[in-house]
Amino acid sequence: MNAAHDYRLIADVMQFIYREARLQDEHEYEAWEALWAEDAIYWIPAGDTIDPDKSMSIVYDNRSRIALRVKQLLTGRHFSQSPRSALRRVVSNVEVIAADGDTVRAAANAMLFESNIKGETLWASRNEYTLRRAGDDFLMARKKVDLVNKDKALFSMAFLM
Amino acid sequence: MDDVADALPIENLIRRDRVHGSLYTDPAIFERELGNIWYRTWVYVGHESEVPDANDFVMKSIGPEPIIMTRDGRGAIQLLHNRCPHRGNTVCVADRGNAASFTCPFHSWTFNNDGSLRGFPFPGGYQGVDRSRLGLGRVPRVASYRGFVFGSLTADGPDLHTHLGAARQAIDALCRTSPDGEVQITTGFLKHKVRANWKLVVENETDGYHPAFVHASIFRVAQSGIGSLYSDDSSAVARYLEDGHSENDLRPEFRKRDEPLGWFGTSPARLPDYVARMEAAYGADEARRIMIDGTPHIMIYPNLFIAEIQIFVLQPLAVDLTVQHVSALQFKGAPDLNRRMLQQTMGSVGPAGFLLADDAEMYERTHMGLRARDPAWLYIGRGLGRERRDENGFRVGAATDETPTRGIWEHYRSLMRTAQP
Repeated sequence: MNAAHDYRLIADVMQFIYREARLQDEHEYEAWEALWAEDAIYWIPAGDTIDPDKSMSIVYDNRSRIALRVKQLLTGRHFSQSPRSALRRVVSNVEVIAADGDTVRAAANAMLFESNIKGETLWASRNEYTLRRAGDDFLMARKKVDLVNKDKALFSMAFLM
Repeated sequence: MDDVADALPIENLIRRDRVHGSLYTDPAIFERELGNIWYRTWVYVGHESEVPDANDFVMKSIGPEPIIMTRDGRGAIQLLHNRCPHRGNTVCVADRGNAASFTCPFHSWTFNNDGSLRGFPFPGGYQGVDRSRLGLGRVPRVASYRGFVFGSLTADGPDLHTHLGAARQAIDALCRTSPDGEVQITTGFLKHKVRANWKLVVENETDGYHPAFVHASIFRVAQSGIGSLYSDDSSAVARYLEDGHSENDLRPEFRKRDEPLGWFGTSPARLPDYVARMEAAYGADEARRIMIDGTPHIMIYPNLFIAEIQIFVLQPLAVDLTVQHVSALQFKGAPDLNRRMLQQTMGSVGPAGFLLADDAEMYERTHMGLRARDPAWLYIGRGLGRERRDENGFRVGAATDETPTRGIWEHYRSLMRTAQP
């Protein structure tokens, strides 16, 4: 069956993506970290970066750096998230791009409203996911957050994007 | 001249051990800073390695103003204003590229990448007009030091060599960390925006008092050695280098530890290719000395911060809005070191960086705090009682002292007292 017409798969992917969004909005750092596979890459490009091994990215984390990011947040003294930003995001336009064995590639649009002690900020992105089957669930092997305004100067974003 | 700004008794707002909060928040003072500092002194613009080939260009800035940095057809670096001399449109809207000329979209005037007018359509309407007066505005003074390109929007003043003063030795030391003697800026920039006055950012770059507190969260979980460099036990020093420049000189501590590449948190065994190239270039003894000393931590006033493994270029946009442009340093001839430089820089800096997100938070909260009116002054007297002169006559304090901040304000005072050109 064509992945784009596999409605059971699409429903599973959407539920996973919505769950990730909720864990991020609610600062459930450890539950969010548990969504990642051991060989994970979490990438937020900047500007016109094509090759993250040669150019600066806002975030380009392997699994151990994802763990470090979470550990820093859990200290409660990562001041850019202490107090935490109030967050609420809508993830929509979910598409399953391809399914190959245990691996599913999906993409979605995200709009995120952030409120913190300094003001309010609106973030928008195209998110690309590579998910891997793990029992009845998925793990994230790769997530790329392609910000609409990645070429502009951006305020801090130490929360989970 | 701006009568309001000119009437401000700025020299009364700066004392040896305190500065008045309005210096960070008053829009009239910000406007005056543009004229007296940003559009007058030497300002860092970009690096020659960002435009390696003929006709390359990259969009840069001097203060809030965009500046196009080009390498013209003859290989010379040019700094041009992005403003058509006809009716004021922008002639370039790309961040970078390769172009022998820029064409204004409004009436199709075309300019060579050295700024000169190449031509305009329907030239019959411009009979007798002197074309040489209708080029793009050029930054009156452009000069480089070891590939670092600076511009000054005022035709007269001290030359770049004089302006850099003791900062030249720091740039020399930086270049020596490359086996080929050259640094390059080739990894692109993150642009991190903060709702804070630019001077809060400048001061923080060589403030050795804050790391133990602001960065405690990452030091705790990453087993970083940085924290101990800025403690009461550290033999590192804070130094004011005159002309507004300041540094945290960490070499005394690194020399005490006597570990090559300890400054980068690694060891020769993990970067064998780099170590071999350094030894081939400088000889084993000198290479070892260079690899123990590490790279500088220096704030070159008003906008270039060289921070060991990365550079920050500060850009003021408004009295309460500043952008830090940050890129990983890359050392020519050191591919294995460069990969780690980029990885470590990406983890540390920018909007989601383990270090810089927290620095940014402090800039912004300080700017918020300054809206409270009492007390009206900020206290910058830390270490005054133990400040001394080093063998070169520069003021030196302990690693956590506010010697750099006091020097920066003394320089600011001298720049702001003089009349605008």
